[in-house]
Amino acid sequence: MEHPELSSQEERYVEPSFAVRLARNQLAALLFILFGMVMVLSLLTRTFLTANNIFNVLRAFSWIAIASFGQSIVIISGGIDLSSGSNMAFSGIITGMLLNSGYSITFSVILGLAVTLLVGFFNGIMVSKAKLPPFIATLGTMSIIRGFCYGMTEGWPIRSLPRGFLALGQTDIHFFLWRIPLPAILMVIFAILCFILLDRTKLGYHTYAVGGNEYAAGLAGINTGRVKNIAFTLSGLLAGIGGILMTARLGVAAPTAAQGYELDIIAAAVIGGISLTGGEGNVWGALIGAAIMQILRNALVLLGFPAYWQPAAIGAVIIGAVMIDMYRKRKV
Amino acid sequence: MDPEARQPILSLRGISKYFGGVHALENVDFEVYPQEIVALVGDNGAGKSTLIKIVAGVYQPTKGEIYFMDRPVEIHSPHDAQNLGIETVYQELALIETRDVPANFFLGREPVRGRLGIFVDRKKMVEDTVRTLKDLGIVLPHLRTLVRYLSGGQRQALAIGRVMPWGGKVIIMDEPTAALGVRESRKVLDLILQLKEKGCSVIVVSHNMRHVFNVADRIVVLRGGKKVGDKKKNETTPDEIVKLIVGAEML
Repeated sequence: MEHPELSSQEERYVEPSFAVRLARNQLAALLFILFGMVMVLSLLTRTFLTANNIFNVLRAFSWIAIASFGQSIVIISGGIDLSSGSNMAFSGIITGMLLNSGYSITFSVILGLAVTLLVGFFNGIMVSKAKLPPFIATLGTMSIIRGFCYGMTEGWPIRSLPRGFLALGQTDIHFFLWRIPLPAILMVIFAILCFILLDRTKLGYHTYAVGGNEYAAGLAGINTGRVKNIAFTLSGLLAGIGGILMTARLGVAAPTAAQGYELDIIAAAVIGGISLTGGEGNVWGALIGAAIMQILRNALVLLGFPAYWQPAAIGAVIIGAVMIDMYRKRKV
Repeated sequence: MDPEARQPILSLRGISKYFGGVHALENVDFEVYPQEIVALVGDNGAGKSTLIKIVAGVYQPTKGEIYFMDRPVEIHSPHDAQNLGIETVYQELALIETRDVPANFFLGREPVRGRLGIFVDRKKMVEDTVRTLKDLGIVLPHLRTLVRYLSGGQRQALAIGRVMPWGGKVIIMDEPTAALGVRESRKVLDLILQLKEKGCSVIVVSHNMRHVFNVADRIVVLRGGKKVGDKKKNETTPDEIVKLIVGAEML
């Protein structure tokens, strides 16, 4: 705007042009990238666009995506949760140990989730009450929880989980012609719930406000500590849910499971346009971010690249996605 | 001024505020009368911001009492202040740059709908925002615009506009013209006069003597945490106020 006074007079409630709104809309840009990837892969390979492959991809990123929704809420509130990978392993181990001691599936799963919810709450208390930086607090719990995973199992994976539990990760739901994996359906349900929470509720408005400008939110009378606490608690719970689905799919609760996943979970959010400075983005971005990462992995396999090169490609995508996002924000 | 204006609407008596060993305010008395514009002036560190933050509920005074409409009150939080009818426009503008206009307009007190009382009534937010902005003649781009894309003047107009619909009896403004050009400042001063006509009292913190003498009815001067002057505008001059601000012995 070269003439601020002039334009402020002219712009009376004028809708920005369609092109400007499209460029400002990060979801549109992400969907465009996703669509482009799908197009290229369908042309280059015979196998990509088969129902089987698509559902395998969906199943493979659904745990990461669900944990990433919780991560997104924390990042939007201005924090970060490094403990989500450890939490994924932890919920599986708690549930697995209870199952093997003969407790019912419902009880075991609920207790497994309750424990990760408490870990999240503990993160929240450390950040909101003890005023620890989120990075430090959750770096600590990441290691503590991983230690519990090893200590409680003495390093041994928990096998022979009951069939009813495994069904959580391995069932397909019939829907018209397709058999859609249950984790993928749960992923969409949680995405909708998290979207409603963030976009439609008072708590969601306050979450964006705290992440966007914590000082201003406090001056407006928002209880910023409570908002952060809820965000971390939800992140713990959603990581736990992702962990249960992962364990049920793999059929084994290993103390080494989900090692390093916290970075994939954060990367999904970041690729999805959720700014690490807080206050921006939504869970659909995280879902698409997780999808882009998994499709990329799948593509490298289908195109015959050795699997060892995958991290390099993912890293390049993270940097590229954030650069595009920054450029987009500066441009419009 | 009308005769019933004898009783102050807001009265601070013997207010002191210590931050550790620092005496930010020392035994300050401060009154605001109905439909009055009071300018609060002083050098950096004189205690202006501390004083208004005590009224706004951000700080609690170490000593002293606050009376609102003749009743003793305790203001423990920004919500307490808002419930009494004290609204604040902060120097830092206190806007969320990553959110759009209605979200900032209703920041911290979003209207809710439905039985659960957790869902935000977005329709009401948009309608009320449009109505208030139109009433005040504030021109903003489309409401869905993020505050990040607004100019300094537009942000200031939004920050002031959003305290309007709440029926505040006392409006506090911290440096409302500090970041603005000439034309935008003029607009803000007009808004302050409009507020007075609508029956509000306004406390304006400002460094700009021209703006102070343009709108204020009374000028209160702080220096080193103490009140050193309390003058009706038509009984003083900018020179006298400046001398009070810097300390007469220095001139």
